[in-house]
Amino acid sequence: MSEATPATVAIGAKPMGRAWLWWGALLLLALVLPWMFYDWTTGRHSGFMISMLSQAGMMVIFALSYNMLMGQAGLLSFCHAVFFGMGGYTVIHLLSSIGAGDIGIPMEVVPLFGGLAGLGMAIVFGYMATKQRATAFAMITMGIGELLATASVMFHHFFGGEGGITTDRMIDRSLFGLTYAQGIQVYYLIIGWTVISVVGMYFLTQTPLGRMANACRDNFERAQFVGYDPKIVRFVQFALSGLFAGIGGGLYAITYEIVTFDAMAGPLSANALLMAYIGGTTVFAGPILGAVLITVLQSGVSLLSNSWLVYVGVLFITMVTFVPTGLAGIVMAHGPIHKAGQLGRLTVPYLRLLVPGVALLLGFIGLVELLSFLTIGAAQGKKLSLFGAPIDVNAFQPWAIVAVCVLGGAGWLRIESKAFNRVWEQVTADVKARELLR
Amino acid sequence: MTAVSLRDVRKSFGPTEIIRGVNLEIQSGERHALIGPNGAGKTTLFNLISGRFPITSGEIALNDRRIDALPPHKINRMGLSRSFQITSIFHRLSVFENLRCALLWSQGYSYSFWSPLWRQKALNERAEFLLEDLNLTSRRDILAGLLSYAEQRALEVGMTIAGGASVILLDEPTAGMSHSETDYAMALIRRVTQGKTLLMVEHDMKVVFDLADTITVLVYGQVIASGPPEEVRASKAVREAYLGALEE
Repeated sequence: MSEATPATVAIGAKPMGRAWLWWGALLLLALVLPWMFYDWTTGRHSGFMISMLSQAGMMVIFALSYNMLMGQAGLLSFCHAVFFGMGGYTVIHLLSSIGAGDIGIPMEVVPLFGGLAGLGMAIVFGYMATKQRATAFAMITMGIGELLATASVMFHHFFGGEGGITTDRMIDRSLFGLTYAQGIQVYYLIIGWTVISVVGMYFLTQTPLGRMANACRDNFERAQFVGYDPKIVRFVQFALSGLFAGIGGGLYAITYEIVTFDAMAGPLSANALLMAYIGGTTVFAGPILGAVLITVLQSGVSLLSNSWLVYVGVLFITMVTFVPTGLAGIVMAHGPIHKAGQLGRLTVPYLRLLVPGVALLLGFIGLVELLSFLTIGAAQGKKLSLFGAPIDVNAFQPWAIVAVCVLGGAGWLRIESKAFNRVWEQVTADVKARELLR
Repeated sequence: MTAVSLRDVRKSFGPTEIIRGVNLEIQSGERHALIGPNGAGKTTLFNLISGRFPITSGEIALNDRRIDALPPHKINRMGLSRSFQITSIFHRLSVFENLRCALLWSQGYSYSFWSPLWRQKALNERAEFLLEDLNLTSRRDILAGLLSYAEQRALEVGMTIAGGASVILLDEPTAGMSHSETDYAMALIRRVTQGKTLLMVEHDMKVVFDLADTITVLVYGQVIASGPPEEVRASKAVREAYLGALEE
């Protein structure tokens, strides 16, 4: 593992230059991806892909809005799902009213009302929470999260109790004459709002408020002595992050046509933290990576394995321990090396990391699966098989192989990562020396 | 005209009185040095004037307006800016961003989340100009936390004066610097505080007697002497206090 090298250039130090290309490519990929899984013989989209991509889209908004607090303002919040959930509940009620003909709002602008609900809630609760920072702030948000989770069970009319509330999204009102009967149409609506939200949140990082949020994160005391009240900076930032979370929640309501307690409870708030952290909180785009990765794990791996949560958990611990800058942080650390044309020197060291790394990974997966099939799997009457060959979880051999992979892989990886660190330091030192010579 | 005035200012932390009735007048445009042995309360006095801590009793006024009950950011907006003994910068922002942040409020941006920074020509030019003034142009895009110590101190001074405050408080700006760095820093401070009121805590006596128009000596939370350098240098009370502190 490479030591966490702090990115030498600050978040959004300059407006994007060549980065536009990357963003364009990402958007293009998001637009065409459903068609790569299109079944031309039946003329149908893959329902699994559409729902996974839709989920990823709203989670991208959610994770980025969480990072407005965590990465940009240094605020650890445990109640972010409240704003997501409020956006969701509001949109459910709104859709029902539109469907009943009480109000006429086209579907395309409906998510905005989810955002406004999130904003409203974030103004009310942000007013309490942002009086404090650091641990006290985290504690208050935890209280708010619990409060709203309880309220959602108590106030039946609005929250629908434990069953949640449902609606029908076929409101037959659209700016473009769409019915939103098919998932693909909803997916493109999500993409549209994701683009709007990502651009909006990026724009905010380039404003005086966004910059002062960074400043208050780094040193709230100094911020006071350049004329800013850190409480107000935190408050405005918090309120705006609630706006975007609410938009995400609105899209959730439109997609699933049901919102329950889960959409505003603690686990979803924790998920925001996981996505932002694993993706990387120090880079604007980091949470996008995290949101996509977690969604894929959630939708894809959960189909393959009972133990997918174990993998998410271990991934989180690994990231916090070895790469606190997240996936995006790793990518950014290679920026200066790439610029200096020295990336090639890292190829062989990376390949040497790969071999023990894969061994450790496979060994670990094997261990988790063996354990899981020994206990839960047995209870469910499932049998473990690898490439069609059945594996007896009570035999000695599979456990021995797995143990060798884990222990051998870990030991070997330790040696290789030391060697890798030496090369890494050499390369970064060379790159720095070149910069000084220029 | 009086820029800053303190009348019988007292500050207690628990049962201990740290500042014990300080009276002080700092004239507009004056370069005023605050000296005294360790633990005399110099930094505490700075913290009281700048609003970092509330006072226990007394009165503090800035340009004849009471400031002793105001929070730091309001005092700053009224034209008083300070630096810190332990470097206080935004370490994860670039050098340029540090200076731009220090400029924002005074340039009227408030908590704006609608004006994109890259389009604020006048603001950005000012920040670039400051960079040049501080001789930090070559370090523009480096994270402030990665600067050398002397550079960080220069940046800190730059951030303190950036907002155009008329009263500048510098807390040991040359602490921990080599001789050549001190000379450079003092030249910088002299240059950027031209025409402003300066109150400075300093241990280096050479620096103090070079720069200050007036020197105030603080010992155990009380002012024992205040006046022009020659007068203070000749004062028996000051000699005794300093020698006494050294003998202890």
